[in-house]
Amino acid sequence: MALLEVRNLSVSFETAAGRFFAVQGIDLSVDRGEVLAIVGESGSGKSVAMLAVMGLLPPTATVTADALRFEGRDLLAMSARERRGMSGSEMAMIFQEPVASLNPCFTVGFQIEETLERHTDLDRAARRARAVELLAAVGIPEPEERLRSFPHQMSGGQCQRVMIAIATACNPKLLIADEPTTALDVTIQKQILDLLLRLQAEHGMGLVLITHDMGVVAETADRVIVQYNGRKMEDTDVLSLFERPQNPYTRALLSALPENARGGRLPTVSDFAPGGAA
Amino acid sequence: MSEPPVLETRGIVRDYVSGGGFGARRVVRALKGIDLKVERGKTLAVVGESGCGKSTLARIITMIDPPTGGTLLIEGREVDIARHGVSREMRRKVQIVFQNPYGSLNPRQKIGDVLSEPLKLNTDFSAGDRRDRAMAMLLKVGLRPEHFNRYPHMFSGGQRQRIAIARAVMVHPVLLVLDEPVSALDLSVQAQILNLLQDLQDEFSLTYVFISHDLSVVRHVADDVMVMNKGEAVEYRSRDDIFAAPEHPYTRTLFAATPIIDPARIRARVEAKATRAVAGQ
Repeated sequence: MALLEVRNLSVSFETAAGRFFAVQGIDLSVDRGEVLAIVGESGSGKSVAMLAVMGLLPPTATVTADALRFEGRDLLAMSARERRGMSGSEMAMIFQEPVASLNPCFTVGFQIEETLERHTDLDRAARRARAVELLAAVGIPEPEERLRSFPHQMSGGQCQRVMIAIATACNPKLLIADEPTTALDVTIQKQILDLLLRLQAEHGMGLVLITHDMGVVAETADRVIVQYNGRKMEDTDVLSLFERPQNPYTRALLSALPENARGGRLPTVSDFAPGGAA
Repeated sequence: MSEPPVLETRGIVRDYVSGGGFGARRVVRALKGIDLKVERGKTLAVVGESGCGKSTLARIITMIDPPTGGTLLIEGREVDIARHGVSREMRRKVQIVFQNPYGSLNPRQKIGDVLSEPLKLNTDFSAGDRRDRAMAMLLKVGLRPEHFNRYPHMFSGGQRQRIAIARAVMVHPVLLVLDEPVSALDLSVQAQILNLLQDLQDEFSLTYVFISHDLSVVRHVADDVMVMNKGEAVEYRSRDDIFAAPEHPYTRTLFAATPIIDPARIRARVEAKATRAVAGQ
């Protein structure tokens, strides 16, 4: 049984110009211990699909699916209360802007302990001890002192480490990372990706990595889903994606990479039959 | 005598001062003596992480800020904006394109006006002439005639970056400073903009200072590469040399941290993980 199973997921929004489908009929599954990368350009619906899984979309979104199951449990049949109980403990998500994801008014220690208070029976002292342990695990030096820091006193990379500490506080089975390194410098990006992969391997987590960066996919993923205009274009293992891409859109995307340029000009997606992609 | 380089800097230093008043005065040296030289029609890529001083350098080359010390020469002529200001002619010669195509266009200005305004300020062309030239440039950067009377919000990010580039090229500059011009764009759009920049460079013999943190883009566009760290140029050589054998430890760190797509590496990683999984069971 897959950890996460999604069948025929669609998400739509009511707009002045009629119903807009951000995600159309996506199937996907994530196993324990697996790293799944979801790749696509802006507007491909890669974030919206995962927000739907987490139950984080606003009420204006209409989510439909034939199946949306976590460890075999039907997420669609659950109450909002039950879903909230799961998110943050059994499944967790981190976002692109680490500084914006943290509350500027509270110390990072408070924000880590808040998650533990909500989801565990630990007493105050035990929560404090666990918060120190978590900060140490995500590689923040002098964790006892840093608990008293506010987000603005930390760098972007450190804030993302704190976000990862919060997300992994309850040892979730599934971690969804939405462009976790896009706002960071490459040397920091490497540290954060190494950290995510280490935690993933240690805890046997399923990890969904949403990204637009093919290099990040090549260095982290086991399996890859390529999305375009809310639809799934390709679902394959990472090696096949780069060696034998099947879908015309995937091939177009890979050939638009500067490192694949032969001579001067880059082929662009519009050089390929646009009908083939949709 | 041969033509002087389009851009040359000698020992450019820039300090930023914070505090003063009641707090302690602190001086941050953002640039610690930058020497560079770019010949006509060539592209110098400036690479570095946030805070390395690359945007400060861009502001000095574009004559927005004066350097604290050192010399800036455009086509062999010394520019000292702190003491003598800048002539309109020098302003025309150097133009800049910023990273964020959403923030660099006035939301209340139609595209036709965005493109003809530089001519209004810098030339004596008649209104009709300006209009014709703006329209011609619009078409050159791959937009359509009906876009002329539209507002910036009606365009995608890639189209807006085309507009920003068109505006910069309107006054026929000799030097274009491109500050992360494709960082905010999707991969497929990035390819289109890089192609456009190449076409314009070929057509107008433009000289580029291309600021980027993306090594794969730099490798594609640059003739020479300067790697900056903490206000210093730690390595400055031709593109082929630097990518073949990075010498400075910081350059190596940067290269090593950049994710690369290499099937052999992917295979090794996937196999190592499979081995670990078997050993773990």
